[in-house]
Amino acid sequence: MNYFPEEVLEHILDFVTSNKERNAVSLVCKTWYKVERESRYRVFIGNCYATNPERLIARFPRVKSLTLKGKPHFADFNLVPHDWGGFVDPWIKTLARACPGFEELRLKRMVVSDEILELLSKSFVNFKSLVLVSCDGFSTDGLAAIAANCRYLRELDLQENEVDDRSGHWLSCFPESCTSLVSLNFACLKGEINLSVLERLVARNPNLRSLRLNRAVPVETLQKIITKAHRLVDLGTGSFIHDPKSETYQKLKNAMSKCESIRSLSGFLDVAPHCLTAVYPICPHLTSLNLSYAPGINSNELIKLIRHCRKLQRLWILDCVGDKGLGIVAATCKELEELRVFPSDPFGPGNAAVTEEGLVAISVGCHKLHSLLYFCQQMTNAALITIAKNCPNFIRFRLCILDPAKPDPDTMDPLDEGFGAIVQSCKRLRRLSISGLLSDKVFLYIGTYAEQLEMLSIAFAGESDKAMLYVLNGCKKLRKLEIRDCPFGNMALLADVGKYETMRSLWMSSCEVTLQGCKTLARLMPKLNVEIINENDLWDEIPADDDRKKVEKMYLYRTLVGPRQDAPGFVWTL
Amino acid sequence: MEEHLKKEEFSPKLLDLINKDRQWLVKREEKRGHGLSDENKLELRLGLPGIDDRESTKISHKIDTDESVLSLRYSSTMKSHHKSSSQEQKQVFPTTWPCSGHQQQQPQMLSPKVSFLQYQTGPSAVARETSQPCCTIMVGLQNAEKKPFSSASSTNNTAVHNSSQKRAAPVPVVGWPPIRSFRKKLGSSSSTKLSPEPQGTKPSQIDNEKPVESSRKSLFVKINMDGVPIGRKVDLNAYDSYENLSSAVDELFRGLLAAQRDFSASGNIEEEKAITGLMDGSGEYTLVYEDREGDRMLVGDIPWHAFVSSVKRLRVLKSSDLPNLNRDAQAQEKATH
Repeated sequence: MNYFPEEVLEHILDFVTSNKERNAVSLVCKTWYKVERESRYRVFIGNCYATNPERLIARFPRVKSLTLKGKPHFADFNLVPHDWGGFVDPWIKTLARACPGFEELRLKRMVVSDEILELLSKSFVNFKSLVLVSCDGFSTDGLAAIAANCRYLRELDLQENEVDDRSGHWLSCFPESCTSLVSLNFACLKGEINLSVLERLVARNPNLRSLRLNRAVPVETLQKIITKAHRLVDLGTGSFIHDPKSETYQKLKNAMSKCESIRSLSGFLDVAPHCLTAVYPICPHLTSLNLSYAPGINSNELIKLIRHCRKLQRLWILDCVGDKGLGIVAATCKELEELRVFPSDPFGPGNAAVTEEGLVAISVGCHKLHSLLYFCQQMTNAALITIAKNCPNFIRFRLCILDPAKPDPDTMDPLDEGFGAIVQSCKRLRRLSISGLLSDKVFLYIGTYAEQLEMLSIAFAGESDKAMLYVLNGCKKLRKLEIRDCPFGNMALLADVGKYETMRSLWMSSCEVTLQGCKTLARLMPKLNVEIINENDLWDEIPADDDRKKVEKMYLYRTLVGPRQDAPGFVWTL
Repeated sequence: MEEHLKKEEFSPKLLDLINKDRQWLVKREEKRGHGLSDENKLELRLGLPGIDDRESTKISHKIDTDESVLSLRYSSTMKSHHKSSSQEQKQVFPTTWPCSGHQQQQPQMLSPKVSFLQYQTGPSAVARETSQPCCTIMVGLQNAEKKPFSSASSTNNTAVHNSSQKRAAPVPVVGWPPIRSFRKKLGSSSSTKLSPEPQGTKPSQIDNEKPVESSRKSLFVKINMDGVPIGRKVDLNAYDSYENLSSAVDELFRGLLAAQRDFSASGNIEEEKAITGLMDGSGEYTLVYEDREGDRMLVGDIPWHAFVSSVKRLRVLKSSDLPNLNRDAQAQEKATH
């Protein structure tokens, strides 16, 4: 066919929504590339330094929705200095100039400022959705600008950000004409909120489906809000302290029992055990429950609650639930797909809150489980093997044994066999975090069996460079590798430098890699940014001597645009 | 059974270790029925140079570490395990890397080396897996493993187990465990915060090394109740509010109090009555404490954390014994709400 109308092609491409598939489409021929790029509205950039705003606009001039990720994942655990980078400014400024129809911004681990939020709010008439996850650098003044200026705002979703909370008045900045809100999440804000303003805001936004309150919102207000928000599907409570003998409790319970629509519950930022009974009426409908911000609820209370939640698909909980509690989860929540068990007392002296027993019980009862994050005191090979057999469907398996490099307590063996079983059995595994005592063997297993693995997190593991090589050689789909405190050095780093261009990024900290190795790598691979983070010295230039010095933190990533211009003094791109 | 190396065409540098041949896996499955001692362990041996041959370890091939050694080694280890040896020893990899808590013990035959290829560690374990969830499964597995072994080794095992549990709290490491900062603070935040912490200043940004919180210690104080000869001790750091403390006191003494009444009333079994209104004067009992200066004070006037730092011991007194403070007025106010 020599002539195929582009309009038809574009129409067909509308049905191709996944960016992965659209990328493939764009490789077919020049015409398809052209049609695809002109019709792509949602762009995802996993590493904001892999490209730049100008290239974004040049290729996708009609972009309406942009997702950007900034700092490396280990920034969540304070391993990346605060000023490392990830500034959203250049992106917003370019978009403001070139894309007046821009509607949606989703940022993760980026630095946002009040000025940029204000620019954002004034530049895009149709702006609809702002999602900020693990960001910092802004205050409630920036939120006030968003509230005041974005007339058609549908979504303001703030997840786990560090926000300078200056006052509760930002909420008042939503004009009376704002009636389009579908999602409002300000749970991470630490300050006070004008409660009557909040109630009125909820009342005039009947389409609200997702509402997550912060700690300053008491139960009395919550009860009023629930009565007004009839379409609520996702609720995050604020403070949940009340007296079960009080009228408020009765009202709350009544309101809850009238809520047919709530499927997802979170919050409980302040709660005492006896307060949980108020939510029993909605538990039977819940598919998602997050109790992970509520310490001080003992296992028995949690168990009583969970017994009501037969339809749960996602559960985030603290390890106070105990192995026994997890057994109840396994018996009750047959639809469970995602489980996260967080440590309630991470530095406590080994209370054995949850152990391998709890996870084995879960694996027996919950056959649909595919995503796991589990913090525990100990794990055994036998347990992991059982779990692998019971749950072959894992896509994400993240296990953190709180004591670094702890062996199997029964046999004193490394946990190689256990994790080997997991990767061998779970053929769809895409994300893996390993912990405990681990030798090189586990890496051989990972390289051999984890064919779909895209992200791997390693800490205090391995014995030699071979371990890292097994992974680099074996995991063809590896995109992100992050390593800390492992004995991997230059030999492993330099064995296959081409591999890094097939990956998004590599993080290595407290390993055996030296400055010499990093310099060599940077020289061989000009399309990588090899960044050295040295917080102790501010370098004007790399010291010419002592290349044998070990590098404390190295972060490298592929990029189309060379070394970044906004790196602070303690970051040097080789 | 042939082993062969596949080399990826497009990238000669990528050594493909991965032998797609899975037949040796099938062989494993066939041997399922054997008892524990016969089990074939996964015999992928890495033959690490310098490995300590503890007890009869079977590293048949020690290969030097050269470039293509990785693939060579893989194939040679494939060969080695096909010899289906009856070796059941495990390998203990000498860990040169510092790791807390790892005890380099002689690998006693505490339990057979469990290979991930054997999904069944014995018929008894399988049966148990299908039974009730919860702790029995793990226990079942462990019991199955421990069975064939002498009591000496099993006590050794439990000794090891106990000692590892008694080990002191792990040394705090930067960025470990990998949880977000706000989760670290959860355990220490008070649930009765009436006003939020002043957040006017920029929240303390993360410095390079964020100081790691030390583990919370227990603060046990004596608590005595009128009419109950035996006192209790309560850990104040286990609670973060007066409310929680109140309910704890209720739990501690409810049974004892009922038992006391039993004795004195000789014969009438009194139902356990909840002990309520400890702090607002409405109940039969009132909670007071002795502070550092030796004074007896009413519990509840000062913020929780201030209370915890000044309390020396607690007492639960009969409300009728206490002089009437402004209690009545307050109690009335509450009643009208």
